[in-house]
Amino acid sequence: MYPAHMEESIRKVEATRGRRLQETLRRLSSDEKEPLLREHHPDFIAGKMRQLAVGPNKGEYTPSELADLLEGNSRIDPDKIDLGRVDHDLDVLVIGGGGAGATAAVLAKQSGATVLLATKLRLGDANTVGAQAGTQAADRPNDSPLMHYLDTMGGGHFDNIPELVEALVKDAPEVIRWLETLGVNWDKNPDGSMHELSGGGASRLRLHSARDYTGLEEMRVLRDEVRNQGIRHLEFSPAVELLLDGRGHAAGAVLVNLETNELTVVRAKAVVMATGGAGRLHIQGFPTTNHYGATADGLVLAYRAGAQIIFLDTMQYHPTGAVYPMQILGQLVTEKVRTLGAQLVNAEGGQFIMSLEPRDVVAAAIIRECQGRGKGIATPAGQVGVWLDSPMIDMIRGEGSIARELPAMVRQFGRFGIDIVKEPMLVYPTLHYQNGGIRISADGSTSVAGLYAAGECGGGVHGRNRLIGNSTLDIFVFGRRAGKAAAEWSRKAAPGALSLDHVRRWQKGLEQAGLAGSRPVSPLLLPDYARPMADFLPDSARRSLPVQRVKLT
Amino acid sequence: MVDVYVMGRHYRVPQGLTILTALEYCGYRVVRGCGCRAGFCGACATVYNFRNDAQLRYDLACQKTVEQDMYLVQIPFFPALKAIYDLDRLEPRGEQVLALYPDIVKCYGCNTCTKSCPQELETMWFMSDALRGDIRQVAVKSFDCVMCGLCAARCPQGLVPYNVALLCRRLYGHYLAPVSQHLEDRIAEIRAGKFDAEMDKLKKMGRGDLRRLYDQREIEPA
Repeated sequence: MYPAHMEESIRKVEATRGRRLQETLRRLSSDEKEPLLREHHPDFIAGKMRQLAVGPNKGEYTPSELADLLEGNSRIDPDKIDLGRVDHDLDVLVIGGGGAGATAAVLAKQSGATVLLATKLRLGDANTVGAQAGTQAADRPNDSPLMHYLDTMGGGHFDNIPELVEALVKDAPEVIRWLETLGVNWDKNPDGSMHELSGGGASRLRLHSARDYTGLEEMRVLRDEVRNQGIRHLEFSPAVELLLDGRGHAAGAVLVNLETNELTVVRAKAVVMATGGAGRLHIQGFPTTNHYGATADGLVLAYRAGAQIIFLDTMQYHPTGAVYPMQILGQLVTEKVRTLGAQLVNAEGGQFIMSLEPRDVVAAAIIRECQGRGKGIATPAGQVGVWLDSPMIDMIRGEGSIARELPAMVRQFGRFGIDIVKEPMLVYPTLHYQNGGIRISADGSTSVAGLYAAGECGGGVHGRNRLIGNSTLDIFVFGRRAGKAAAEWSRKAAPGALSLDHVRRWQKGLEQAGLAGSRPVSPLLLPDYARPMADFLPDSARRSLPVQRVKLT
Repeated sequence: MVDVYVMGRHYRVPQGLTILTALEYCGYRVVRGCGCRAGFCGACATVYNFRNDAQLRYDLACQKTVEQDMYLVQIPFFPALKAIYDLDRLEPRGEQVLALYPDIVKCYGCNTCTKSCPQELETMWFMSDALRGDIRQVAVKSFDCVMCGLCAARCPQGLVPYNVALLCRRLYGHYLAPVSQHLEDRIAEIRAGKFDAEMDKLKKMGRGDLRRLYDQREIEPA
C-alpha cells in the first residue's frame, strides 16, 4: 500500500526486473571505493567530527554527539558516596545484559567465579535481539578461517588489529557449535549441513542463520542459560561510574536503580564491560536500528577510568533502514534481503551498486544516488530512499522463499499493509553500529588492569567497517574470552580500597580545560523522547533539592 | 489528530504514531516497556481496546499504529513461571517437558493464547504439540516468538506457553537437530593447527600485499 507516486516508481522497477535478473554489476576495486566513501559516507563529512579535548584519546576525532558524552560530567559526586558500604562483593561484575554480557557471565561462572550481571533495561534488551541476518563462521569445505580473515580485514580497510581478527575467525566454528549445544536452532539442510548464505563483503557462503530472527534466537537462549545457571542479575540497574583501587585497577562499579534512583556499590575483582553501542545518540541526525539503551555508556565510563578507545571516528550506517512507512523509519531491513538476491534500484528502475559490497560502500552509494544524483524516491513525509527489490527473491529462489527466509520482514511490513513478496521496500542508510570501541587484546583485556570489554563496546576487531554476521560472532567470541579471562584475573587479583579518585581527577581536568560548565552529564543512560514540558520549578527550590540523588532527567 | 486514552486519561496525538511514540508524544518518559523499538524484543507488550468496543486486543507498542479512541495500557512485566534446568541432563522427550511444566495438562483449549499473540503464532497448537511430546513441531511453530509474555498473562490456567516453547527449542537444538559434520571437521582442523602457519603469514603481511590479495580473491556466487 504505497501512495500513488511511489506506486508509479514501482511500475518502473517492475519493468526493469526481467532485465536486471540477468544483470550482475561488477564489484568496485579498493581504488574505486575510496573516492565514493570520501565523497558520500557520513564519516567523511567535515564539521561533524570534533577533536577530544580531554582523556586518553585527547586530540583524536569523534562525532560531536559522542564527544559531548566522552567529555561529560559525572553523575555522582565522589564525596557523597559511601564506599565503605558495599552492597555486592564478588569476583566478576559484568555490565550489560546483551549477547556479550550474558556470554561473559556464563563463562565467568563456569570458570569458577562468583558473578553479578548488571544491566540497564531487562536481561537481553540489547542490539543482539535485533540482529537478523546471521553469524559468520568459515566451516564449509570450500571456505577457511584464512578467507574469513581476509574478508574481515578488507571490509575494515585493513586497519583491524590482526590478533583480534585471528581470534574472531578461528573461534567462529567453535562458537556456532557452542550455541547449538546451548540449544540454538540453526537453519540446516536435511542432511545436517548448515544452510549458509553469502553477505556483503564475504567471499564465501558462511552466514549461519535462524530464519531472520538469528540474534533473537541467540539471545533468548543465552538469557535462559543465565537464569538456569542461577547467575545473579540486576535489571534496570546501569553503571554510572566504575570503581578503581589505589593502583588504578578495576574494582567494581556504582549502579543506579533506574526507577528509584537508589545507588548500589559493587566491589568486584574484575569488571567486564559489555554495554553495546551508541545508535541512540542519533549521530548526524540519523535514525537508528539500535535498541532503546544504546547510548555509549560503557565507552564513557571506561574512558573516564583511563581506558584507550580505538576507531572513534567511524560509525556504521546500515545501508538499508526502512524509510516507509514512517512508523518504522530507520528500523533494520536485514542485509539477508540482498544476500538472497534483492537488488538496490533507483527511482528509474536502474541498479547503481553491486548489492553485496561491504556496508560502508553500499551506504555511500545509496546516499550518492539520493543526494548527489537526485534519483531517490521521496515519501509524503519528505524522506528519500531507494528501492530494495524483494520480489526478485522468489523469482530467483522459488516461490515461498521470502516467507521461509524472512518471516520477520514479511511480518514487519505486513503490519503496515505492504507485501514484500509482491512489492519492494524503500530504504536509506540508518545508524547501526559502532565500528570502534574500548581497545581490547585477544583475551578481552583493556588498557585498565582488571577491566575487560566484549561485543560492540569493544574495539579493534572490525577496523573501520564491520562486515555482516561478524557482530553476532564478536559478542560470543570475545564474550567467552573476556568472561574466562576476567575469572582468571579475579583468582589472582587482590584489589585495594575502592576509590572514585579517578572521577575527582576527571572533574578537575574538565574544569582546567574549561569544559565542566558546557558539557552534559554522562553516561546518558536513556535518550529522552518524551515531548518536553515546561519546567516551572523555582530556581530556589532547585538549589535546595537533595543533590546526592542521581538525577536522571 | 487522534484521540487516545492512556490508562484512562484523554490525549490528542498526531496520526501515524505508534503506541510507543504516542506515549512519548503525550510526555511519558518510558523506562519499562521499551526495548528494541523494532518488534524483536517483546518488552512493549500492550493490550488495548476502544472507547465503544470492550474487546481486548494485543500488540507490541512499537509496531502498532494508534487509532481513534484507543484505550491503552502496557504490560511491562508479568510474573511468569520459568522452570530451571540443566540442559545437558535432560532427555528430548515429551515426558521431560511435562516434568518441567506439569501444568500444561491443564490446557482446556480456549485458544486465548493464540488470540493474544502479537506475532500471530498458533500458540495453542504448539502447546498441544508439547502435550503430545512433539518437540520438533513446537520448535518450528513457536520459532518466531519474541517472548513478550502476553500468552502467559492471558492464560486462564496460568500456563506459560513462551517458556514451554523455549524449552522445546533448546531441546531440539541440543539433542534433535541433525549433526553438521562439516562443522565438526573444521573445528578439528583448527584445533590441529591446520591454518596456523598461513594465518601467521597473513597477520604479518603489509597492507599493500593484503589489499592486492583481497582485490584478487575469488568470490563464490551468492
